[in-house]
Amino acid sequence: MPLDECLPIVNYVLMMQKYSIASLLRHGINNHTSWPKAWRSPPLKESYDVVIIGAGGHGLATAYYLAKEHGVTNIAVVERGWLGGGNIARNTITIRSNYMRDQSIPFYVKSVALYEEMTKELNFNMMHSKRTMIDVIQNYPMMRDRRRRQHIMDIYGSTYKRISEAEVRKRIPALTGGGPGSRLPVIGGMVHTDAGVNRHDAVAWGYARAIDALGGEIHQQTAVESLVRGADGAIEGLQTNRGLIRAKKVAVAVSGHTTTLTETAGLKLPLRTMNLTAFVSEPVKPLVDVIVNCPDAGFYFSQSDKGEMVIGGAPDMGQSFRRDIKQHVFEDTVSAMLSLFPSFKKLKLMRQWGGHLDIAQDASPIMDETDVPGLFVTAGWWGGYKAIPAGGLTLAHLVATGRPHELMKDFTLKRFRHLDYVMETGTTTAR
Amino acid sequence: MMNIPCPFCGPRNEAEFAFGGPVKPRRPDPNATSDDEWADYLTQVPNPLGPVEERWWHVKGCGTWLSIWRDTRTHDIVEGPGNAD
Amino acid sequence: MQTDRLDNGGRIDRTKTLNFTFNGRPYQGFEGDTLASALLANGVRLTARSFKYHRPRGIVGSGVEEPSTLVELLGDDASGNRPVTTVALREGLAAKSVNCWPSPELDVGAINQMFARFLPAGFYYKTFKWPNWHLYEPFIRKAAGLAAAPAEPPKEGHFENRYAHCDLLIAGAGPAGLMAALVAGRAGQRVMLVDEGSEPGGSLLSRNLMIDGKPAMEWVRSVSAELAGLSNVRHLQNATVWGYREHNFVMVNEREPEQPSILERNWRVRAGQVLCATGAIERTLVFGNNDRPGVMLASAVQTYVNRYAVRPGKRAVIFTNNNSAYAVAADMQASGIEIAAIVDSRENPPEVARASVPGVEVLSGQVITTTHGRRRVRAVTVAPAKGGTGRKITCDLVTVSGGWNPAVHLWSQSRGTLAYDQALSTFRPDKAAQSAASAGAADGHLVLAEALRSGAEAGANGGALPDIPASDDLDYAVDPLWQVEQASGKAFLDMQNDVSVDDVHLALREGYDNVEHVKRYTTGGMGIDQGKVGNINIIGTVAMQKGLPLDEVGTTTFRAPYTPVSFGAIGGIREGSVALPYRHTPVTAWNLANGAFMYESGARWRRPGYFPRAGEAFQDTVNRECRTVRNDVGVYDGSPLGTFELKGRDVGRFLDHLYTNVMSNLKVGRARYGLMLSDDGLVMDDGVALRLSQDRWIISTSTGHADAINGHMEEILQTEFPDWNVFITTVTSQWNNATICGPKAREVMQALGTDIDISTEALPFMAFAEGHVADIPARVVRVSFTGELSFEVNVAPRDLLRLWQRILEVGVPFGIAPIGSEANHVLRVEKGFLSLGHEVDGPIDPFDLGLGWAMSKKKADYLGKRSVALRRAGTSNRRELVGVIPEPDRMIPEGGPLTPGGEKKPTEGFVTACVYSTVHDRWVGLALLENGHSRHGETVHVRLNDGVIPARVTPPIHYDAGGERLRS
Repeated sequence: MPLDECLPIVNYVLMMQKYSIASLLRHGINNHTSWPKAWRSPPLKESYDVVIIGAGGHGLATAYYLAKEHGVTNIAVVERGWLGGGNIARNTITIRSNYMRDQSIPFYVKSVALYEEMTKELNFNMMHSKRTMIDVIQNYPMMRDRRRRQHIMDIYGSTYKRISEAEVRKRIPALTGGGPGSRLPVIGGMVHTDAGVNRHDAVAWGYARAIDALGGEIHQQTAVESLVRGADGAIEGLQTNRGLIRAKKVAVAVSGHTTTLTETAGLKLPLRTMNLTAFVSEPVKPLVDVIVNCPDAGFYFSQSDKGEMVIGGAPDMGQSFRRDIKQHVFEDTVSAMLSLFPSFKKLKLMRQWGGHLDIAQDASPIMDETDVPGLFVTAGWWGGYKAIPAGGLTLAHLVATGRPHELMKDFTLKRFRHLDYVMETGTTTAR
Repeated sequence: MMNIPCPFCGPRNEAEFAFGGPVKPRRPDPNATSDDEWADYLTQVPNPLGPVEERWWHVKGCGTWLSIWRDTRTHDIVEGPGNAD
Repeated sequence: MQTDRLDNGGRIDRTKTLNFTFNGRPYQGFEGDTLASALLANGVRLTARSFKYHRPRGIVGSGVEEPSTLVELLGDDASGNRPVTTVALREGLAAKSVNCWPSPELDVGAINQMFARFLPAGFYYKTFKWPNWHLYEPFIRKAAGLAAAPAEPPKEGHFENRYAHCDLLIAGAGPAGLMAALVAGRAGQRVMLVDEGSEPGGSLLSRNLMIDGKPAMEWVRSVSAELAGLSNVRHLQNATVWGYREHNFVMVNEREPEQPSILERNWRVRAGQVLCATGAIERTLVFGNNDRPGVMLASAVQTYVNRYAVRPGKRAVIFTNNNSAYAVAADMQASGIEIAAIVDSRENPPEVARASVPGVEVLSGQVITTTHGRRRVRAVTVAPAKGGTGRKITCDLVTVSGGWNPAVHLWSQSRGTLAYDQALSTFRPDKAAQSAASAGAADGHLVLAEALRSGAEAGANGGALPDIPASDDLDYAVDPLWQVEQASGKAFLDMQNDVSVDDVHLALREGYDNVEHVKRYTTGGMGIDQGKVGNINIIGTVAMQKGLPLDEVGTTTFRAPYTPVSFGAIGGIREGSVALPYRHTPVTAWNLANGAFMYESGARWRRPGYFPRAGEAFQDTVNRECRTVRNDVGVYDGSPLGTFELKGRDVGRFLDHLYTNVMSNLKVGRARYGLMLSDDGLVMDDGVALRLSQDRWIISTSTGHADAINGHMEEILQTEFPDWNVFITTVTSQWNNATICGPKAREVMQALGTDIDISTEALPFMAFAEGHVADIPARVVRVSFTGELSFEVNVAPRDLLRLWQRILEVGVPFGIAPIGSEANHVLRVEKGFLSLGHEVDGPIDPFDLGLGWAMSKKKADYLGKRSVALRRAGTSNRRELVGVIPEPDRMIPEGGPLTPGGEKKPTEGFVTACVYSTVHDRWVGLALLENGHSRHGETVHVRLNDGVIPARVTPPIHYDAGGERLRS
């Protein structure tokens, strides 16, 4: 490896303040007055090799892998708000790989593996809790769908195992509803031991700190007004509230707002923006040790380390950029939950919120260079949190080499030219 | 939950309706368009940060398919640009 | 002993003594007490331990803002994390502190205090990494989490939801809200007045003020009485407006509206206008050890003294930066509490304030730097605000007031903006985003007269203003004090989550400098109280450290709910079949009575899977039912199939647009199978169309897709062809059917008796006729989903059960039996008939399914035609439907992946279905296989984790390829 390519790595090792018990004790003695900044706020330069729009999970991960794997360090991540403040702060942190298609499974298997190594990799405690997900199945067609996944997942080393109703109840003692004779009796479960949860803020902050140490820059409060194309049609830079920034390559990683941005470059994409809500209960003592997913009832939850039940349901109908709660959708989710977990009637809602996702025509992600040379997008992530590390790894590869990464080669924009949908969700009604 | 004006039933709760998506351009003659135009028509839906014309089906009411203009930032139902003339 | 109960006063009923226990010890209080006031009356000061450091904590507030003492109710009331100040006392109440063990006095977790120095904000991000978090997690989780989770649903009573509509919804029945309700109510508006307290009055319940020369509560009483007499006003107490959604949709949680039957009621209110008269919340002051039991909000002390007749201390030091604490001091003095000093951080407290407590020492320009004591405050150190030596003052109560924050939570939920008000040094409502307004203290009108006026104006909404009653109140003036800079010891910003000034400084030092980063890194404001008392001090501390004005720092987002709401109230009575009603046919009850194994089979239909007989295992039953159909005759209830009647002269061309094949040339009296595609070329549905007359048709859809197809047809008709003469009516539940199938089906039909000529010649396959069967008016259709001779006998629902029973009677000599879905599945797989839920996967098209013949070449256009062509032109190696015969003979699990050579490689297809065929006495299946149509005869491999199953590829029809049986 030539020296100049090694430098970022050397820099990385030297620059980053090691976080450990020892450093915590050392700093504790002097009242924590000398902890360095996790990331700096350098002055904005006129131009960069690569600018990534969006300091959310995918944008930060992309910057990290560009610097670390490809030695591209003259990079800036621009963010109109605060880093880690987009949908990475609004999801339900479920990390899993129980997908159905050859195109998807290896990607998510990789993402889960990268998440598991992330604490070591970034020297930042992600609080990764590989705690297993249990699907509570209440319908035979759903069981068939899950069994189909089980067989194909096995090919790619992802685990899914059927368990009996009794076993489901043993592992989720709070599941007291859905008994024989009830409206949707529990008929069994599927166990996905690869699944886990972690701390979303740590993911954003850990990446930001590592990017900074590798020589990349993060610019918050930097809102992109438009993408700027050169005379040849290729990307030239971006106009922001802080002026023009030139860039040879620009990657858009802004979830929900993808089309808003690309339309400033005259580019249309097959995406619709939708709202998905989540909510948490009051914190209570440990009650549920696994991630509980109830696909037939239409909700899922896990208990955070703080004790809150973090609960998600179905997305709202209609396009939306308003992060809001649809009361009727919310009530459906809650009553579905209460039918299986009747003791939660006395548990209290503490906080609820909405987040954006942009959904492609086939409900599968898009990662590609667009018709505007030098302009890349990563979008259409439905449940994109679990995809963050592998999404960053593969987008960095695409941006640096110009070639799609093996794990994402089927998720191009070109597929829509021939309506060659991936259709992870199966059939037209599920779409 | 929005309050959607049905031309027959008056303002009704959103829960009575099914969402029908944004109104697309008129369906082109499939025998007189290029592959790209056809694919674009099918896959590219309006997704504005602002007013969008969209369809709702009053499925738990009178069964009408209606269209409204709605601001995707606020969910306010607004006057469409076409209503000016 | 209620040692700290005052002899007189208070809105309590001293004739009703209530017994309760707290942390296992018995106490007594009075009707009208909260648990907090009763504990204080009993001299209990140490009531909690803090979340992280397990520091001793007491009661700080008097309402929903309480940041410090959370309790868990036990017994029948069991529920957790209740602010002690919001629990109404009742006989037999049992409560305990959360977050300490075994008790707040002997808390084992208190050992954390010794390590506090090593537990700064975000410490867990830097440690617990080796070997992995999962090792530490159980201990961390056990330590966190406050109260225990409720173990059971409520034993008695239920929750309910209710809708309401009003012109004006007023949140808060304090002075402004009452005034607004009065004005709007008198004007005839439909008003809903909603208040979270046990009785109306808001701040007036706690303060000694006069309105119109009489005690303010007299005014409250007379206004409430007038409102009660107005039929256009609905007044709810014990009800919290907790959520403000789009289109002025507002959520109200009413507690115990009808004890014991209704525990809670959640109102969904569509309001013309919403008035936020939610009052203001006092903020605390930030100094060393400001969390020690005995440090209380001034407004809380005032409430305990005036409303509950409780003396929270004997000798108090008051610490303030504003005028309102002086009025509190006067009330405290009147109740016999000694005021050791008023410490006012302002250099020149206004004379008007001092005048309310003549003779009390005011230490102006001074601050409390720290408190002393162990489990209860014993003294404070007071020093000049600008620096200098301090002196110690003994006291057992520290009354603090950091100024007032309008309760803008609801306003913010409505998307209204906030602006920083320099004079009030706080955020107040600015621009409305919906039809919403604010009044009273919630709008920054902190003096009673202004609050009453703003309420009246809001209620009048531009109309005539009534006379505003006269009132007395101290003018409000404040100088912000976000933190005492020379504080010694931990100075808490968020007591519930143990967040101190040092934590915020550390966050800023490490670069977490956005207020949202500060919140997340320190967890400040993320507790159950959502930072009602402390958030603005966090913002102030950030502003001070960064040298920015507060409005540039900004607030974090206020989200629903305002206070926690039980999920039971949100769900209401919707559970089980109330939330998800069953669909049933006239035969459902018969099925259940005759031992059918029933299950949900899509679209909420519960259908019989199979009809087991004594001694039969599952597979025996299915095999028997299959043999019955193949050898003799079976009958099944086909009613759930989606059925639509289409009328009008344009139905033919309408169906030509919807279906891939031509329908318009179908002859009257005939039926035709058809496929529907979406316009982007995906298979949506299949079914049969019947032409009843020139302009009258019946079409059927698959059961699960009926609702979707209804919407699809109506959308196309109404939006694309509004001028076409077509009327679509759902008749799924208007036409039911019993389908008789098997080689002896015709004999059963004859035994039933029919006036229809059912001979093959008169009624061939895909024909139908109307007449009578068993004297019941019927339409008999020759379709077949089993591959056998079939008569689908369609009748009115009222006749189905009679027909069904008759069929089973007359069928006995022919060996008839009812057939469930499982056997039907086997029979259709043997025949290679399509099941959308099995064989349609992703962008599979009719050609892939071997149904290319149904893709009309004649029609220039129909839904999906162009797209299927485009997709086929751009893709290769398509997955095509084939038959598979496992060799050796065994079952292949449905979904079993086909991989090249059975290796661990990307798949080339999967098995969509595999059944035991009684006609072949072996397992047969269907599969989607890459280029499958050209691979008949090949051996493919199903790769499972426990082995590989070779299978021979065949055409997808395993039985009667010529279709002679169904045509017979």
